[in-house]
Amino acid sequence: MSPDNHKNIDLKFNTIRKEAEKRRAAFRDAPVPKIHIGMATCGIASGALETKKAFEEALVENNIEARIHTVGCFGHCYAEPVVIIDHPDSGFPPIFYHEVTPGKAKMLVKLFLGDGDPRFEHIYGATEENELIPSVTDFSRFNQEKRIVMEKCGRIDPEDIYDYIAAGGYSTLVRALKLDPEEVIKEVEHSGLRGRGGAGFPTGRKWKLAKSVIEQDKIVICNADEGDPGAYMDRTILESNPHQVLEGMAICAYAVGAQQAMVYVRSEYPLAVKLVTNAIQQAEKLGILGKGILDSTFDLKIDVFQGSGAFVCGEETALIRSIEGYRGMPRHRPPYPVQKGLWDKPTVINNVKTLASVPPILNHGATWYRGIGTQNSPGTAIFSIVGNVVHAGLVEIPMGVSLRTLIFDICGGIPNNKKFKAVQIGGPSGGCLNEDFLDTPIDFDSLTKAGAMMGSGGMVVMDEDTCMVEVARYFLDFTQKESCGKCTFCRIGTYHLLKILRRLTKGEGLEGDLELLETLSQDIQTGSLCGLGKTAPNPVLTSLKYFRNEYEAHAKEKRCPALMCRALTAFYFDLELCARGCDACATCCPVDAVFTTSNRKKGVDQELCVKCGECLVACPPEYDAVRKVSPPHLVPYIEKPPEKNKKDHK
Amino acid sequence: MNQELTEEEKDTLKHVAIKLETFEKHRGNLIPILQMVQNNLSYLPSEALKIVAQHLGILESEVYGVATFYNQFRFHPPGKYPIKVCLGTACHVRAGDIILENFERKLEIPEGQTTPDRKFSIERVACVGCCALAPVAIIDETVHGHMAPSKVEGLILRIKLQEEMEERENKQHEPGQS
Repeated sequence: MSPDNHKNIDLKFNTIRKEAEKRRAAFRDAPVPKIHIGMATCGIASGALETKKAFEEALVENNIEARIHTVGCFGHCYAEPVVIIDHPDSGFPPIFYHEVTPGKAKMLVKLFLGDGDPRFEHIYGATEENELIPSVTDFSRFNQEKRIVMEKCGRIDPEDIYDYIAAGGYSTLVRALKLDPEEVIKEVEHSGLRGRGGAGFPTGRKWKLAKSVIEQDKIVICNADEGDPGAYMDRTILESNPHQVLEGMAICAYAVGAQQAMVYVRSEYPLAVKLVTNAIQQAEKLGILGKGILDSTFDLKIDVFQGSGAFVCGEETALIRSIEGYRGMPRHRPPYPVQKGLWDKPTVINNVKTLASVPPILNHGATWYRGIGTQNSPGTAIFSIVGNVVHAGLVEIPMGVSLRTLIFDICGGIPNNKKFKAVQIGGPSGGCLNEDFLDTPIDFDSLTKAGAMMGSGGMVVMDEDTCMVEVARYFLDFTQKESCGKCTFCRIGTYHLLKILRRLTKGEGLEGDLELLETLSQDIQTGSLCGLGKTAPNPVLTSLKYFRNEYEAHAKEKRCPALMCRALTAFYFDLELCARGCDACATCCPVDAVFTTSNRKKGVDQELCVKCGECLVACPPEYDAVRKVSPPHLVPYIEKPPEKNKKDHK
Repeated sequence: MNQELTEEEKDTLKHVAIKLETFEKHRGNLIPILQMVQNNLSYLPSEALKIVAQHLGILESEVYGVATFYNQFRFHPPGKYPIKVCLGTACHVRAGDIILENFERKLEIPEGQTTPDRKFSIERVACVGCCALAPVAIIDETVHGHMAPSKVEGLILRIKLQEEMEERENKQHEPGQS
């Protein structure tokens, strides 16, 4: 663009920025306390709406003036609803409170905002270093993270574009518009950024390929079709900071020469759909998107397309088919989407996290980005860590951190004094790694070498009570249902794989099943076209490799060592420990399978029992009389259950 | 798919047909149209698929093929209180399948179906994204975290009691009846 144009861009953006700064200063300098409430989906699920209402009511009741600022997600899902109270008059720094129920909210308004007592017993930490209260940065959950993509998540209001601009947003787009598209691509290429959707294709190279195609209409698509069960970082980013993604998209579109862009987001994420649509409208209104962006000659129209929930649509060619209005089935590549994509136009498809990484990269420079992470995988990785782990939630760490640091130091290890057994990385396409891999650094290449994969970043931690065969069955159940049916091996192969796993978990395994699992898995990998089929057997192959003894116990002894497979376990009461007359187990049993023996102790009617484990939870710890065994025939005979019980049930 | 439409649904369908005209006759609009229909009718009855096919000028089987491919689309009317049980990885590790089973047993319908009185329907979903609260069930729009089998009965009972209370109140307010 010409220097004249540059001046226009600066002029236009400066007016917007001044307005943003004015608004921020007005908010910051207002002489009243500020209450920041995390309101992303997980916060709302934990009751953030009720908490907000309680704050509002309590403020009116106590006649206290304060500003409520709704922000996105901090990533600390275990602590939701999360609230930060900034009450400068009290002399305390901004304080981070966790699990703020409506009751707690009312109390905080009265005692902290009213009387200036921050209620130390409820404090999680101060958000900055100070002399009065330990800071949250003393915890490794905070200080070992390196936030680049999620830097502003939980700090700004996702519904207010000015909040983003005041925090430095869209200034990178301004800088990019003043560069040559080639220079932008070169910078991204130098940074070594690799696609965060799973496969790790160098982003700069993808853009360069798209740029080199000589065609008028090009399209940029942001892939937010996050189908992995157990992964939700894309949703969180879109819900907490949609503008950073839009800014990345605009830079990408400018670099490759596209005038049309699309955010492909799952319709299962209604809040993300709403916030992104709203963000686009706001940006268009200010002239940051739309026709003649910031008075330059660059146009970009961004639309939202709602995906309809098909896991395979995360694959780019399938995603394109679904936008075109067909069944989302992948097609053969080449031609690659960058040559011939949506409606046969060159199409660049990048993941949410990839696009959200672009503004910080251009802002701080490629060399800075290269300095984070490892040689071959620069930058940070975002994981959603769930399952049997204390501090579940979203974590952004530099590449190269070991699994041990991530799981035990940052996320607080395994709850209830259980032992770590496995970690499943990369969703249904990833693999299960055992404790021998805890010191593996997290980066694209090391994880692939170990048999797992980066995937989109779902990580499920499992403790000793998790059966690996059952987990493999679960993932196969998912991929089998989600297979689009195009390739024979994926369609029928996964079905048979699932059938074998099902019979293993039921104790009906046949001779040679384990070998069959192995060969069939390899055949599916070679016989499938897209990533879904190629990676579907990963959970089976890795668990078979690292937990073979468990498979053997299921196949030969009909025993589930983790006591999880329901067909292979049974419950009974240890009569030595069972208290006379306590009815805790009997009342909680959903199928009335617990009966009272002739000497007023308890027995389980094995015919009725559904093995839900409620009695195990209900039995008071001082008796601790419920036992679980595998295989089920180890249950000692107590006495015949009464006939009446069965009749009642019918 | 062969359920009769209620009078109310027939009305909505007419409304949907009018809305359909605002969509360009472009194949790429098929999924957005289906989403619009489902938003209005809360499922896709065969009558609706017929008018969608007519509007876009494609075969009904094509529409049906696309609709059945995606998990979002339903072909049964959901209950007044739709129950969604999350079976994502985190919920599975924390025994979400047992929660699903409990709902199925209590309501005496398998997942994917609606009770005959159209009060409850059960659906399994793959991850609602509140993994830290696992296992999770969603009734109506409310998320219930840390579910346990014994909680299932309580939740259903609460809804039933609420319904009864509302009915009783409605009766009291109806004038002219003793």
